[in-house]
Amino acid sequence: MAHRIVAIITGGLVAVLVLAPLVTVWGWAQTGRAIGAGDWAALRFTLLQSVLSALLSCALAVPLARALVRRRFWGREWVMTALGAPFILPVLIAVMGVLAVFGQNGLVNRALGVFGVEPVSIYGISGVLLVHVFFNLPLATRMIVQGWSRVPAEHLRLAGQLGLRGWAMFRVVEWPMLMRVLPSALGIIFVICLSSFAVALTLGGGPRATTLELAIYQAFRYDFDLAKAANLAVIQAALAGAAAVITVMISGHESVSNTCDRAVFWSHDGWPAAVWDSLWIVAAIAFLGLPIAMVVAQGITGIASLGGSVWWAAGRSIAIAAVSTALCLALALPLTTRWGEVIGTAGLAISPLVLGAGLFLIIRNFANPFDWALVVTCVLNAVLSLPFVLRILRPPAETIRVNYTRLAQSLRLGPTAWLRWVFIPRLRQPLGFAAGVTAALSMGDLGVIVLFGTSEQATLPLKIYQLMGAYRMDQAAAGAVVLLALSLGIFAICDYWGRRDVKD
Amino acid sequence: MLKINDLDIHQGDFHLAADALTLTPGIHAVLGPSGAGKSTLLSVLAGFDRPQRGHISWQGRDITGLAPAQRPVAMVFQDNNLFPHLTIYRNIALALTQKSRVTADQHDRIVQAMDRVGLAGMGDRKPAQLSGGQISRAALARVILQAQPILLLDEPFAALGPALKQDMLDLLGDVAMQTGPCVLMVTHDPADALRIAPKTILVADHKITGTHDTRTLLENPPPALAAYLNTST
Repeated sequence: MAHRIVAIITGGLVAVLVLAPLVTVWGWAQTGRAIGAGDWAALRFTLLQSVLSALLSCALAVPLARALVRRRFWGREWVMTALGAPFILPVLIAVMGVLAVFGQNGLVNRALGVFGVEPVSIYGISGVLLVHVFFNLPLATRMIVQGWSRVPAEHLRLAGQLGLRGWAMFRVVEWPMLMRVLPSALGIIFVICLSSFAVALTLGGGPRATTLELAIYQAFRYDFDLAKAANLAVIQAALAGAAAVITVMISGHESVSNTCDRAVFWSHDGWPAAVWDSLWIVAAIAFLGLPIAMVVAQGITGIASLGGSVWWAAGRSIAIAAVSTALCLALALPLTTRWGEVIGTAGLAISPLVLGAGLFLIIRNFANPFDWALVVTCVLNAVLSLPFVLRILRPPAETIRVNYTRLAQSLRLGPTAWLRWVFIPRLRQPLGFAAGVTAALSMGDLGVIVLFGTSEQATLPLKIYQLMGAYRMDQAAAGAVVLLALSLGIFAICDYWGRRDVKD
Repeated sequence: MLKINDLDIHQGDFHLAADALTLTPGIHAVLGPSGAGKSTLLSVLAGFDRPQRGHISWQGRDITGLAPAQRPVAMVFQDNNLFPHLTIYRNIALALTQKSRVTADQHDRIVQAMDRVGLAGMGDRKPAQLSGGQISRAALARVILQAQPILLLDEPFAALGPALKQDMLDLLGDVAMQTGPCVLMVTHDPADALRIAPKTILVADHKITGTHDTRTLLENPPPALAAYLNTST
C-alpha cells in the first residue's frame, strides 16, 4: 500500500514537472504573433539535419556492423564496449574533437593543404552532421549488431551450407534483419537529432543552420521575445512528441542498452571481403577515436595553467551531477513499474529547451529565473535522464518483486526494511550503472544551463563554451580534458560501486 | 484451531471450493493431482490470494481479510526462500529483527536455531555457497524463529534427492513436534505424507476435503486421487 502511494505521488510529480512547463509555453504562445520566415527556416533545418543524420548514421552503420559481426580480431571486445561510450560523452568534447580533426586548422584541412586544396569550413550543416554521425553511428551500429545476434544460428549455418555469398547473402539473411532493425534505428536517431541544441549552438547558427532548439534559445537570450520563444517551443514540442510516439510505435520493444554479442558463424568469403571489412573497422576507429585523442593531446598540457574559475565551474558540475543523480534515482525507484515507465518516458518526447523555457516562464512569476539556474538544471537533468534510467532499472526491479515479495511479506518486512535489505542491495548493479549514466549525462550537459546560466554560476561545459567563444582555445581544450576525465570518472565510480563484491 | 468455511476461489477458468475444514495442530499433507490447486490453497491461507467467498479463522478470529504480514503464518516456498545477497545468518536473523544490530539474546536464538537444523558455523556463507539441502535447512531455521502457529510448506523439498528429502522430513517432524504448530505441507509424493503426516487434506475435482487419515486415504483412494497416484508412482 505504502509503495503504491509513493509511486502515485512520484508519478504525479514527474507528470507535473513535464506538463506544467508545456501548458505554460502553450499559454504564452497564444499571445505572440504568427510564425515568421525565420521560424520556418529553423523548422526546415531541424527536419533536414535530423533526416540526414539518421540516414548517414545508419548507412555507415550497416557495413560497419557487418564487419564487426563477421571478423574476429584482437581488441574486438574493446571496440564493442567503446561503441557504448559516446552515450555518456559530453557533446562539447565531440564538438571540439571534430573541430580538431575536420576544422579550419584540423588534421584533414592541413593534409589537404599539402596538396594545395583550400581549407573546407565545417561550420554549418556539415559540422552538425559530422558530430551527429559521431554520436549516432555507434548507436546505430550497436542496434544492428544486436539485430545480427537475433538472426537464428541455423539460418547462418544454412546460408553457409548453401554457399551464399555477397549479394545472395545480403538478400536472404541481412536484408530481412535490417528491415526489422533499421526503422527503429532511423527513428531513434531522428528523434535524438530533432532536439539537437549544443551542436547547433557551437557549429551551426545563422539563418541557414539554426535548429528550433537553438532558435528558442536565441529568442530568449538575444531578443528576449518570450512569446516568440514560446511559439517555437510549441512547434518543437509537437514535432518531437509526434516523432517520439511514431518511433515508439514502429520500434516496439527494441532495447538499446544491452548488446547481446554472440559469435556469428560465417562462411569463408574470401580476402576481398576481409580487406573491405578491415577498412571499415579501421576507418570507424579512426573516425571515433581520433577526435577524442586530439582533444586530449591539445588540452592535457594546459591543465596546470587553468584558472580558478574553471576549477570552480568543475566543482559546480560535480555538485550538479551528484544532486541530479540522487534526484533522478529517487524519482526512478518508485516508478520501476509498467505505468511508471510510461510516465517517466514522457520526458523523452520533450526537449530540454522546451522544458527549460516553460520553467523559466513559471519561475519569473515569483523570482528571478537566473538565480534558479542551478536548481532548474538539476531538476531537468533528473527528468531528462529518467527514461534511460527506467529502461535500465525496470526489468531487474520487476524480477526482484516477482521473486521476493512473498518472502518479504511472510517476514513482515515493512517498506523501509524492504528497501534496505532486499530491493536496493539486489538492484545494486543496475543501480550503479544507471547512476553512472545519469551522473555523466548531467556532468556533460550543455543545454538549459546556457539558457539560464550566468558567468558567476557557470558549469564546466558552459565555462568551456564561454572560453571557446572568447577564442581561448588552449584553455577550452584543457577544460575539455578535465570534463572528459570527470564524466568518464564519475561513470566509472558509480558503475564500480554497483559491481563491487556483488557475489551471491 | 484453523477453520475454513464455505471457501470459494476463482482465478480465471480455475475454481476451487471447500465446505468446512477444521485443522488441529500437527502435520497435514496436502495431496492431489497437478494443477488441482494445492499451491493456491496455501496462497489463500497465507493471504497472497483472496478467496471470492468464505472465511478462514484461527482460534476463533477471522483472518480472511488480513494482509499476509498480519496473519499468524510462516511459509517455506518452492524456491527463493533466501535472499541471495545476504548471509545465512542475516537471512535467518530477519525472522527476529530488521535492524542491523542483533541483540545478544537474538544472537543466541539464531545460533541455537542454526544448530538445531545442522548449520552450525555456516552463518557467514551466502546461499550460493550452500547445497540444496542446506538451503532448505536455513529456511527451516528461519520459520522456527518466526515461531508462527501456522506453518505452510509448498513442496519444500521437491528438488532434493530421496535420502536428503527423508532427512529433511524427519527434521521437519521434529520441529513441528517441539513447537507444535499447525503444519500444511504440499507434496507430490504419497510416501512423504505417510512418513510424517498423520492427516491429509485432499485437493481434487475442484474440491478441498479433509481431514482424512493419511493411511486410510492412501489405501483406499477416491477415483481422482487413484488416477493421479497410478500415473505418478
